[in-house]
Amino acid sequence: CATLWAQQSVSGQVKDADEGFGLPGVTVLEKGTNNGTITDVDGYYTITVAEGAVLTFSFVGYQTPEVAVGNRTNISVNMETDLTELSEIVVIGYGQVQKSDLTGAVASVQAKDFNKGVLTSPQDLLVGRIAGVQVTTNSGAPGSAATIRIRGGSSLSASNDPLIVIDGFPVDNTTISGLSNPLSTINPSDIESFTVLKDASATAIYGARASNGVIIVTTKKGQSGKPKFSVSSRTSVSTPIAYVDVLDGDEYRTLVNGLHEEGFSGINDAALNRLGTENTNWQKEIYQTAISQDVNVNASGAIKDIPFRVSYGYTDQEGILKTTYMKRHSISVNTNPSFFNDQLKVNLNVKETLANTGFGDQGAVGAAVNFDPTQSVYADNTKYGGYFAWTTENLPDGTMDPDGPANTFSSNPVALLKLRNNVADVNRLIGNIQFDYALPFLPGLSANLNLGMDRSNTDGIDDALPGSTWTYRDYTGENGRLLDYDATNSSELLDFYLKYKKDFTDHQLELTGGYSYQHFQREGSTFNRNGDQTQVVEDSRYINENFLISFFGRLNYIFKNKYLLTATLRNDGSSRFTGENRWGLFPALAAGWKISEEGFMSAVPVVSNLKLRLGYGVTGQQDVTSNQYPALPIYRESIGGASYQFGDTFVNTLRPDPYDANIKWEETTTYNVGVDYGFFDDRVYGSVELYKRETRDLINNIPIAAGSNFSNFLITNVGNLENEGVEVTLNVRPVLKPDFTWNIGVNFTHNTNQITKLTKTDDPDYQGVAVGAISGGVGNMIQIHTVGYPANSFYVFQQVYGTDGQPLEGLYVNRTGETGAVTSNELNKYHYYSPAPEVLMGFNSRVAYKQFDFSFSSRLSLNNYVYNNLQSGGVLSGLYTTSGGGYFNNITASAANRGFTNPQYWSDTFVENASFFKMDNISLGYSLDKLFTDAIKLHVSLTVQNAFIITNYDGLDPEVSGGIDNNIYPRPRTFLLGLNLSF
Amino acid sequence: CLGDLEVEPIDSNLITSANVYKTTADYKKGLAKLYATFALSGQQGPAGQPDIAGIDEGFGNYLRQYWNCQELTTEEAVISWNDATIKDFHAQTWSPTDVFIGAIYSRIMYTVALSNEFIRATDGNSDPDISKFHAEARFLRALAYGHAIDMFGNPSFVTEADLPGAFFPEQISRADLFAYVESELIAIESDLGDPKFEYGRADKAAAWMLLAKLYLNAEVYIGEPKFTEAITVLTKVFGGPYSISDDYRHNFVADNNTSPELIFPITYDGNNTQSFGGMVYLIHAQIGGTMSASEMFGTGDAWAGLRTTSALVNKFDLDNDARALFWTDGQSLEINDIGVFSDGYAITKFRNRKLDGSLSESNHNVHVDTDWPMFRLADANLMYAEAVLRGGTGGSRAEALSLVNELRERAYGDASGNITDAELTLDFILDERARELFWEGHRRTDLVRFGVFTGGSYLWPWKGNVKEGRATETHRDLFPIPSAELGANPNLEQNDDY
Repeated sequence: CATLWAQQSVSGQVKDADEGFGLPGVTVLEKGTNNGTITDVDGYYTITVAEGAVLTFSFVGYQTPEVAVGNRTNISVNMETDLTELSEIVVIGYGQVQKSDLTGAVASVQAKDFNKGVLTSPQDLLVGRIAGVQVTTNSGAPGSAATIRIRGGSSLSASNDPLIVIDGFPVDNTTISGLSNPLSTINPSDIESFTVLKDASATAIYGARASNGVIIVTTKKGQSGKPKFSVSSRTSVSTPIAYVDVLDGDEYRTLVNGLHEEGFSGINDAALNRLGTENTNWQKEIYQTAISQDVNVNASGAIKDIPFRVSYGYTDQEGILKTTYMKRHSISVNTNPSFFNDQLKVNLNVKETLANTGFGDQGAVGAAVNFDPTQSVYADNTKYGGYFAWTTENLPDGTMDPDGPANTFSSNPVALLKLRNNVADVNRLIGNIQFDYALPFLPGLSANLNLGMDRSNTDGIDDALPGSTWTYRDYTGENGRLLDYDATNSSELLDFYLKYKKDFTDHQLELTGGYSYQHFQREGSTFNRNGDQTQVVEDSRYINENFLISFFGRLNYIFKNKYLLTATLRNDGSSRFTGENRWGLFPALAAGWKISEEGFMSAVPVVSNLKLRLGYGVTGQQDVTSNQYPALPIYRESIGGASYQFGDTFVNTLRPDPYDANIKWEETTTYNVGVDYGFFDDRVYGSVELYKRETRDLINNIPIAAGSNFSNFLITNVGNLENEGVEVTLNVRPVLKPDFTWNIGVNFTHNTNQITKLTKTDDPDYQGVAVGAISGGVGNMIQIHTVGYPANSFYVFQQVYGTDGQPLEGLYVNRTGETGAVTSNELNKYHYYSPAPEVLMGFNSRVAYKQFDFSFSSRLSLNNYVYNNLQSGGVLSGLYTTSGGGYFNNITASAANRGFTNPQYWSDTFVENASFFKMDNISLGYSLDKLFTDAIKLHVSLTVQNAFIITNYDGLDPEVSGGIDNNIYPRPRTFLLGLNLSF
Repeated sequence: CLGDLEVEPIDSNLITSANVYKTTADYKKGLAKLYATFALSGQQGPAGQPDIAGIDEGFGNYLRQYWNCQELTTEEAVISWNDATIKDFHAQTWSPTDVFIGAIYSRIMYTVALSNEFIRATDGNSDPDISKFHAEARFLRALAYGHAIDMFGNPSFVTEADLPGAFFPEQISRADLFAYVESELIAIESDLGDPKFEYGRADKAAAWMLLAKLYLNAEVYIGEPKFTEAITVLTKVFGGPYSISDDYRHNFVADNNTSPELIFPITYDGNNTQSFGGMVYLIHAQIGGTMSASEMFGTGDAWAGLRTTSALVNKFDLDNDARALFWTDGQSLEINDIGVFSDGYAITKFRNRKLDGSLSESNHNVHVDTDWPMFRLADANLMYAEAVLRGGTGGSRAEALSLVNELRERAYGDASGNITDAELTLDFILDERARELFWEGHRRTDLVRFGVFTGGSYLWPWKGNVKEGRATETHRDLFPIPSAELGANPNLEQNDDY
C-alpha cells in the first residue's frame, strides 16, 4: 500500500559550533537521495525523510557531519568550521583563490584559531601559529610593537618588516610618533583572518615591497540574514612574572663596606658619605598589578538586502609599569551591497580608532635594577619634588646636599615615572571602497576599482615636571621641560584591475592585469623648551612624501584540475630612485601538481591530498626608511643649537647630505619547493616547504671610501645575503565528533642566514660592520655583519675559565697568537652565534567537548643566543661612580658573586644560549546555549597569557628582539576572564 | 600620474643643490658648516642629524677625537671611562679597527669633502665676500689635511675636482700632501681677511700659524728641515694685532673670545653652538671627585673622566707657576687604576665662567661658551724659540729667550721664573710646551717631533699599559689607516707595521 514507506518529519537548528549562532543556507540532504532542503536565516530546517535515513549537513568552510535519524524528530547540529577544507577561499593579492589551487607558500589563520586574550596588538594573535613567521612582542608595554620576521628577513639596513595589507590597502610601515605599533589601531576583535604570503611566487604581485613577505589582514564583513548582536567583555589582571635578583640594601651595604675596608679603589670615605640606610626594593616600587577591561559590541546582518557589520570596541589597558596605559576606542563599519543582479558588488570598509597612550618612562625599568637600594624613595629636598635625587654638591659636613645641582647620570626610578608626563592621542582612519563590476559584454570579465585612504594623526606631549633630574643636562633652569609634538601620516591608494576568468572543459584560466598608485606623506613637528619657557631647545618640522606606481599582471592556469601554473609580473616605479633605476621589474613563476587527483593515487586511499608546488620569483625592496630622497643632492639647514658664531652673529649652517644618484632596488630571488599533504581523510594534514632566498644589491648603510661623499656612511646598494630554510606544518584531528573535537597543530621552522658580500671591494681582511649597541660605555658594539657569517653575529673574546669553572676576569684566549694584550687586538674576537633561533616550533591544540572548550598555544625556540647586558654591566668598579658628584649603582646577585672589578663587555660568557619553551596562552571556556531564552548564548572563558617559561637563560625573559637583553619592559603574566553574549 | 615619481623635497629645511646658493647669506651658511664640522656633531644641537655615522654622535665630534688622539696618547691625560677601546690610547696599543681613530679619519675627510663642495660652488665667484669665503674653505681643508699629515701620514686625497659619488680616491704620500697644503696656504694668503677682521673666521694669521706648524714639523713629515720658513711666517704673526694676555687663564674661560692672544678659535655657545663633543666634553670630563661643577666651572654636570699623570705634574713648580691648574683634593698624584677618577691629579684649566668668575649671559646647565683656542700667540712664541734652537735662520736667540720669558713672567707673576740663555735648550722647550700648552691638543705632535712619543727614551705612567711605563713600538708615531677605510677603498695601503 501507499504507506509502505514509513516517513517521518525531522526538524532542528544548525548552528556554528564556536559562535553558537544559527547558520543560514546549510544544505541538509538525505544521504543517497536527492531529497534535501536549506536552512533558513536562523539555521532552522524541516525535512521529511524515509525510515533509517542519514542526514548530511554541508556548508562551505565547515566540516560535513552525518547524523543517523533513528526515530528522532528533532535534530540540532553544531557545525565545526573546517580549516583544511580545500575549498576554503584564501585572500591573496588582488584576488582570492581556492586553497587547493594555490601554487605559492601561503598560510592563513582564521579568527577561530587566533591566540586567546589579545587586547591591543593584533599581531599577537599570530604568535607561534605559522611556520616561518616569527612574531616577537618587543616588550610588555600596553600596545607595544612587535617585530615580525617572515623567513628571517632579507635585508640588512633596509626594513625587514613585512608588507601589511589591511582589506586591500597596503599600509605605510613608517611608525607615527606617539604610536609604538601601527597595527594596534586595529581592534583584534574585528579581524576575520590573516593570510601570510611567504614565497616570491605568492608575494610578487606586490613586487617592490614584497621581499619580506606580505601579511594580508581581512576584517569581518557583514553577512546576510537577520541582524545578530554580540557583546563581549574581558577583564584581566596582569602581574610581573619575576624581578631581577639584585642586592637588597643590607646586602649592598655589606658589599660596599667590605670593599671599603679592603681599600678598593674609588670607594673612599667621601663615597661612604653617600651610602644610605634604607632597604628599598625599587622594582616593587615601579610595578603594579594592572587591571584592564575590554568591551566589544557588534551587530551584523542585512537591512533591506544590504549586509552590514558595525562594531565598537573600548579597551582600557593598564601596564604593569606604573603610569603606562593604553585606552582605545575603535569603530569599524563594513557594508557590501550588490547592485544590478549582483553585477556590481561594492565593499566599503571604514575603521576609525582613537587611542590614548601613556608611555611612562621605560628607562625606569633599568633604573629600578640599577638604583642604589640603600636610598629611600622620598627625601627631604625642595628641588626634586620630594623624590630622592643624587646631586653634584656636598654639604660642609661631607654629606650630599639634597638640594644641590642634579646629577644626570642616575635618576630615581619612581621620579622618572611620576615626574614625566608622556602621553599621546592618536586618531587613525582607514577606509576603502571596492567596486567589482562584472562587465556585461564579456562573461568572465570583471573590473575592480579600489580607492582607499589611511590617515593617522598624533598629538603628544612629553613633559618633564619641575624637579626632574634627567632633563637637567639639556635645559636651562631647573623646571624640567615642555615638549609637544604632533605628526600626521597619510596615504592614498588607487588600484584598478581587470580580471578575466574562463573555464573550458579541461582548462581553467584566470588573467588579472592592473595598475596601482599610492602616495605617502608624513609630516610632524616638535616644540621643546625648558619649563621656564626661556629657552627653546627644538622647534622643528619635517615633511616628506613618496610615490609608488605599479603595473601588474597575473596568469592562473589549471589543466585537468591537476596541473597548476601561476605567472606574475609587476613593474614598480618608486619616487625614491631616479633615472633608469626608477623602475624595477619583478617576475615570478610557480607550478603545482595535484598528485592526489591522479588516477594512480586511488590505489593509495590513505592519502587524501598530495600536492607538489615549485616556485621562483624576484621581489624588491625600496623601503629606505631613513631618507625619502636617497638619490637626490640635498642640502639641510641646521636647527636649534647648531649654528656657528661669526663675529657677534650666529649663522645657521647648510650641509650637503650624502646621496647616491645611482641607488636602486634591492632584489631578492626566492626558490620554493612545497608539498601539501593530507592523510586519513585529512585527519592528518599539513605542508612541508623548502626555500632559498638570495638578496642582491642590499640597500645598505655602509662605510664608504672617505672623501668620496658627504659622510663616512652611505645608503647604497652593496652586499648580498642568503636565507635558507625548512618549514613543516602538521595538523592532526584525533577526534572529530559532533560534540567532541580535538585539533593539534605543530609547526617547525629552521632558517639559516649568511652574508655573502658586504663591500664594493672584496677585501678578505675586512672584519665587517659593527652593530648591536650595548649599554655601558658609549658606542660599544657587540655584534657584527661579516661575510660568511649570519647577520648580527656576536663578536666577542673567548673567555678563559678557572679550574672552578668561574670566568677569570680579563683573561681571553689569544686566537691570533700575536704578542700584546689580547683585548687590544680586535682580531682576537671571534664570531659566536647569533640571536636568530636555529629552530622555532609552535604547538597548539584545541579541544571542544560538549559545552567545554580548552586550548593552548606554545612555542619552542632553540639556540637563540642573547647577550646578557645586565650581567656584563655588573662590576665592582661600577658600584660607585664619581661622575655627577658621585653615586652608587646596584648589581645583580650573580654579578656580585662573579666579582669582576672592571667591565668585560666582550667576554663570550655573557652570550647565553637562550633556548626556551613558552606557554603563551591557555584558555578554558564554557558555552551556555540557552541563557533565559534559546536566542541568547553565553560563552565564558578563563585565559592565562604568558603562563610559564622554561629556559636556562639567566635573565628575566629569554625572548629578546635583537638579542641584546638590556632591561626591556617585562612581559607580564595575565589572567583574563572573558564573557561573550550573543543574540 | 607617472610624473609624480619625479619628486623634490617639500620640506623647507631641505633644498636641492641646484637651488641652494642664491644670496651671499646662503653662501655664508655653507661656509659656517665648514667651521662647524670642527665644533659640532650634526645639523641639530646638541645632537641629531649627525654628520658621520658608526659612532656615538658626541664621540664622533672632530675636536673631541682630535683631542683624544693628541692628548690621551701622551703623559698629559688619562681617562677613566670604559668606552670601546678608549684606554688603548694610553697603552699605545690601538689597532686599525679602533672606532675613535676611525672617527677622526672620517672627520678629517668629511671636512675635506664638504670643503671641496663649497670650493666648487664658489669657484670663480668675483663677489669680494664670496671670494673670501672661498679662501677660508681652502684654509679649512688645509687645516684638516694638516691633521691628516700629522696623524695618518698618507691619507686618501680628494680635491674640488672630484665630484661626490661612489669612487675610490687615490692615496697620497705624506710629502706630496705636505707640498699641496703648503701651496694652498700660500696661494690663499692674499684672499684671506686681515687678522681679526671677524671673530671666529680664519684670517691671514690663522694660515700663518698653520704653515708654521707644518714647517716646524717638516723634518718628521717630509724628512726636510723648514725651520727658517717657520721663523719667516711666525714673524708675520708677531706683526699682527695680538699680545700675550695678562692672565694665563683668560685663554680658557667662557669669555676667552676677548683674549688678545687668541689667533684662531673653534667657537662654542651655551645656547647656539651645542654639542656633546668639543668643549662640553673637555670641560665636563675634567670635573669629578670633590670639585664643584657649578661654583668653579659654571656648569651643572660632572663626567669624572680626565686626569693627568705625575709626569706632567712633576714638570711644574707647583707653588709658583700659575699655569699649574691642578685639583689635588681627594686625588692621588700617582695612578693605580686608570679607571678610577681619584687616581691622578685632576685639571681645572678649562672653565665655563668668565675670567672675573661670573656666569656669562648665555650660560646653560651643560653647554658651554668657552671657545677652543686652536692657535694662540704663546704657541707662536714657543715655536719661534724652538725653530731658532733647531737652526732656523732669520730669527735670533735673544728674541727667542725674550719670547719664552714673556710666558714665564706671566706664569710666575714676575721675573722669578725667567730662564737664562743657557737654560734655553730643546729639552726645556719640550717641557715648557707641556707647561704652557698642556691639554691644548699639541702634545702628541710635540713628542713625535722630539722623538720621544714612542720607544723607550721617555717613559711616563701607564705608557705601554704598565704603571711605570714601558717602551712602545715606534711605528705608532703614526696612526693606522682605519680598517673600515681599507675595506671601502682598495686604493689604500696600510701604514708600515700595522
